[in-house]
Amino acid sequence: MPELEELWSPIRLTLALASITTIVLLVLGTPIAWWLARSSARGKEAVAAVVALPLVLPPTVLGFYLLMALGPNGPGGWIGSLFGLRSLAFTFEGLVIGSVIYSMPFVVQPIRIAFEAFGDRPLEVAATLRASPWDAFWTVAVPLARPGFMTGAVLGFAHTVGEFGVVLMIGGNIPGETKVLSVAIYDYVESLQWAQAHILAAGMLAFSFVVILAMIVIEKRIARPGI
Amino acid sequence: MTRSDSTISARYAGVVGNFVLEVAFAAPMRGITALFGPSGCGKTTILRCVAGLTRLPGRLVVGAEVWQDDEAATFRRPYERSIGYVFQEASLFAHLSVRRNLLYGRRRALKAGAQEHIRLEDVVALLGIGHLLDRATGALSGGERQRVALARALLAQPRLLLMDEPLSALDRMTKEEILPYFEALHTSLAIPVLYVTHDIGEIERLADHVVLLEAGRVVAAGPLGEVFADSRLPVARAAQAATVLEARVGPFLAADGLTSLDVDGEALLSPGRLGAEGSIYRVRIAASDVSLAIERPSLTTILNILPVRVADVEPLSEAQVNVLVTIGHRDGGRKLLVRVTRRAQRLLGIHPGQDMYAQIKAVSLVASSSRQLAPAGPDREVLDGPKTGAFVSRRGGPQKGTL
Repeated sequence: MPELEELWSPIRLTLALASITTIVLLVLGTPIAWWLARSSARGKEAVAAVVALPLVLPPTVLGFYLLMALGPNGPGGWIGSLFGLRSLAFTFEGLVIGSVIYSMPFVVQPIRIAFEAFGDRPLEVAATLRASPWDAFWTVAVPLARPGFMTGAVLGFAHTVGEFGVVLMIGGNIPGETKVLSVAIYDYVESLQWAQAHILAAGMLAFSFVVILAMIVIEKRIARPGI
Repeated sequence: MTRSDSTISARYAGVVGNFVLEVAFAAPMRGITALFGPSGCGKTTILRCVAGLTRLPGRLVVGAEVWQDDEAATFRRPYERSIGYVFQEASLFAHLSVRRNLLYGRRRALKAGAQEHIRLEDVVALLGIGHLLDRATGALSGGERQRVALARALLAQPRLLLMDEPLSALDRMTKEEILPYFEALHTSLAIPVLYVTHDIGEIERLADHVVLLEAGRVVAAGPLGEVFADSRLPVARAAQAATVLEARVGPFLAADGLTSLDVDGEALLSPGRLGAEGSIYRVRIAASDVSLAIERPSLTTILNILPVRVADVEPLSEAQVNVLVTIGHRDGGRKLLVRVTRRAQRLLGIHPGQDMYAQIKAVSLVASSSRQLAPAGPDREVLDGPKTGAFVSRRGGPQKGTL
């Protein structure tokens, strides 16, 4: 029987990474999605393309540039130096930054679509009912876009859990710091530790199934709005 | 109260898309003012400008408040204007129950310092939506949704109610179901309404004032009776041109089964029992249902014969003319539009100033109304009263009948 702590550490790390990334993405992604959905600025689609870039970019390419950026000679290294670090590469913080960029389109896109779906009318109605734009955003736009937030959060979380290429490039596999699930599985396979690889892989399979099922159930629920 | 305190004056000039709008009009701070015109004449754009949802260069003064004045760089944003807006589609918030939809604007208006003139219980009773309060909005019919939307707008305690073709998305049956509620609004609320429509029937039933629009310009504006009787305007030239007058219900003549109606001091008879004596109805008299005679006809089956004075004769087509008459052998009576042939006009020598008799074949009741089409008298406290008594429980149902 493999040692429990050795298996448990990457799982804990992965859950922490995915949770923090999802929260950061909801906070950062919502204003971006709002701007993309409602602005008529000319450069809008260029920004949308930048946000969507990780969808098509090979993870190793993204990882390479992130490594440069986070390394001692990049802006990440400079930021890291403020906290007494030589570099943000190969740290948990660096992984969070990389994951946020890598999973951004999976969160921004569903929220943007949800914001676009209801159009101007509910916000105009809110304005005629004396709600300021800020008030209307929280009391009308966000509740109406709830399915988009749910989908975005679930996709962002799941995608972060599953990332491999970017993590390997910028994180390596420092146990307890950057050795997440997908890297751990890879390591076990490399070193022919099949039992450990089986346990983690089966766990991921079950997790993915639960995520997809949860999304379907949530969407069904939302399709029948309650009171 | 000065005159300017009791009017809404709007002036806009600008381009929306490739459409040029250049309008200026004033409407009284009471009653229903209809913005009327064909599709694409700019009436909805004007309403959006008044709400602040669309911004065009111009000036808007509502009572004593300046809501937009480009010279003074004043522009109140929509949520800073005390309005209620009823959109063409009800646009209820799908994530809130009916009750929470209703309270959405009310809470914010009261927080902004508005006085609660209109209470939830009153609006719910007036619009008959009590049984819907705890439902989800998705479970409502089209007519119910529009009533809830109206109630929601009213509970925002508006100084001005804006309605953008609120009935046009509804089928005929639903329209008939809702119109009585709008009439109730007409009779029991002190809030002025700007009402956009292209349906002349709604105007005849609801409007007190009309702003007639065409291709982004104001063609005419004034009291309903004046605008609809103006032969130079398209409404009076239409085949179904009619006059809308108000009639006070008089005694019921049981022996004949007729009710006497008082129209501008003259009596008209109408079949059936028409409700309480003293109540006021709007009647519609089609121009083609009226004929003129030089002497009072005696041997005729037509009961309703009014003395009239010819005010104007306006050629209409090769065969027809519009004759505008005023009721009574005097000046200053209510206007009545009559459609006659050119031949008859020539043979009888009909000319302005002439005293004649109008035979009215049919009078249809279009709506009950507790107030007058004419300018305000001193007895209008129900309408102008600031708070208490803004509601009266009486509501006349729609009655339509031809004599």
